[in-house]
Amino acid sequence: MFLSGYFISIAVFVGIWVTLALSLNILTGYAGQVSLGHAAFFGIGAYASAILAVRYGMPFWVDFPGAVLITGLVGTVLGLPSLRVRHDFLVLATIGINFVVVAIFKYVNFFGGAMGLVNIPAPSLFGATFRGGLPYLAMVWVYAAFTLLTSWYLSKTWAGLAFNAIRIDEEAAESVGISVPRFKIYAFGISAALAGGAGSLYGHFIGSVFPDTFVFVESIGILSMVIFGGVGTLRGPVIGAAILRVAPEMLRFVQDYRFTIYGALLVLMMLFQPMGILGNGSWLWETLTRRFRRGKLAVGREEALP
Amino acid sequence: MPVLQNLSNAVVLASTYVLMAAGLTMVYGVLKVLHIAHAAVYTVGAFTGLLVFSWLGNFWLALAVAVLVSGVVGVLIYRATYFYMLDAPRTVPLIASIGLFVMLTDLLQKGFLMGPYQMAFPADGAGMPRIETGLFALTPTQVLIVVVTGALMAGVYVLLTRTRIGLGWQAAAMDREMAGAVGINLNRVVALNFFLGSALAGAAGVLVGVYNNSVFATMGDLPSYKAFIIIVLGGMGSLPGVIVASLLLAIIENFLVASVGYVLPRDAIAFLVLIFMLMFRPHGLLGQE
Repeated sequence: MFLSGYFISIAVFVGIWVTLALSLNILTGYAGQVSLGHAAFFGIGAYASAILAVRYGMPFWVDFPGAVLITGLVGTVLGLPSLRVRHDFLVLATIGINFVVVAIFKYVNFFGGAMGLVNIPAPSLFGATFRGGLPYLAMVWVYAAFTLLTSWYLSKTWAGLAFNAIRIDEEAAESVGISVPRFKIYAFGISAALAGGAGSLYGHFIGSVFPDTFVFVESIGILSMVIFGGVGTLRGPVIGAAILRVAPEMLRFVQDYRFTIYGALLVLMMLFQPMGILGNGSWLWETLTRRFRRGKLAVGREEALP
Repeated sequence: MPVLQNLSNAVVLASTYVLMAAGLTMVYGVLKVLHIAHAAVYTVGAFTGLLVFSWLGNFWLALAVAVLVSGVVGVLIYRATYFYMLDAPRTVPLIASIGLFVMLTDLLQKGFLMGPYQMAFPADGAGMPRIETGLFALTPTQVLIVVVTGALMAGVYVLLTRTRIGLGWQAAAMDREMAGAVGINLNRVVALNFFLGSALAGAAGVLVGVYNNSVFATMGDLPSYKAFIIIVLGGMGSLPGVIVASLLLAIIENFLVASVGYVLPRDAIAFLVLIFMLMFRPHGLLGQE
């Protein structure tokens, strides 16, 4: 029963949204740039890959890296406003980006208009096609693991330290010689590229892409997952995306009131646990890790939110 | 092209923008919070107005109740959320506000509240006269919008410049901590701020509901995004800026659509304008560093 199509498709979606949450976490959790336009990058990846497949007849193995590359480049360009605009204004700009991108998908014929792009072929390898099924699931989760690994690696590099510095205090980061513009653009580019891959996997799984999938509300959903789990950590976005993606499938009530619950969660988290359920300094995480920390020196914890 | 007709239509459109954006800019001025949930208050106002109107059939009573209810809802939102986040990093109230917006819009769409339908609001000008000159004409509803907006904004102006609590509001908008230090009751000032701003949004909801003869759960989405554009254009926190920016946006929209037609929908263009403007004037058209 656990290998039936229904469970596999839920597992595929969880994998895709874990990837999306992790990629947004690089931008928002590491570099401190709150974005409400992440669904736009998800969409750009899905559309780039769908257009390569449908309009140019490319196989999946070209579409997927193509989508990652294109979305990364677009993300780098769309990150430019962050150099001038900060905080609330940046959030407004990212909402705007989301709207404009969806409007372009919807009203420009090349992108298929409101009817979207259909008949995206399933990936095939050595003559075997796989759309649903375990192989596709494995591929999605390999990509999710790759995103996780990239996030972990980033946090250990000089770029990760620079992101930290920018999040905590931009002026101070600038004053110790970190090129703030350069690392902000890196964060946007990397985050977008990873989301683009998720978009490609999504499009090839469903077999079609529609503009309405990538609207502003989906951006809110992705941000909710990151915040709920614990912004700035590796475990947070994974757990957040898994819970918020699986809960609606398990509980009818959650399905009906999905966005009421997302919204209420965001408010409650901000009121009581602004670091997320598993973030650094959250009640649950402190409780879970208490026994491992006994005897260690108390280390000052920096703010995870800018 | 009948320039004066377009211009008078733009003034009507701008009136609704002013009512919507005034509350946002007031909240930003004092709390430095981007109050995204304002859109939900607007919808609550329209819905309340429609309920009272269909029950009693009196538009003015409906407007009064809607204004009062939305004002109270605004204060409740403040007391339940932002009140506890004033000293937190700025992303905390921002994310809470996004959450509130999503939650309220989703709740309003449920069957036991507004449902997913459009409902008619046949108040039809509420007894206002039709204005017709050789150069332009205004329908009774358009007259109603301009008159109500004018009256409400005049009232707010008097309240904020001629009363003690209004002076307190001005002080708090300049420097919240300093205002508290010289003995201004910040809680009262901020509550008043939310009450006024939300009441104006409620009035905007009722007026737009009557104007389009339709009230629905997601009606607040577009005006609220536009209100962001307006308060950024007007320099966040400035009331005169809001009026100038509303007129500007309404005029541009009206004349652009009348003369060019469109490639992208109007709202996408508005956002493109916003993004470009933020790039070159990160603190708004009239804003200061």
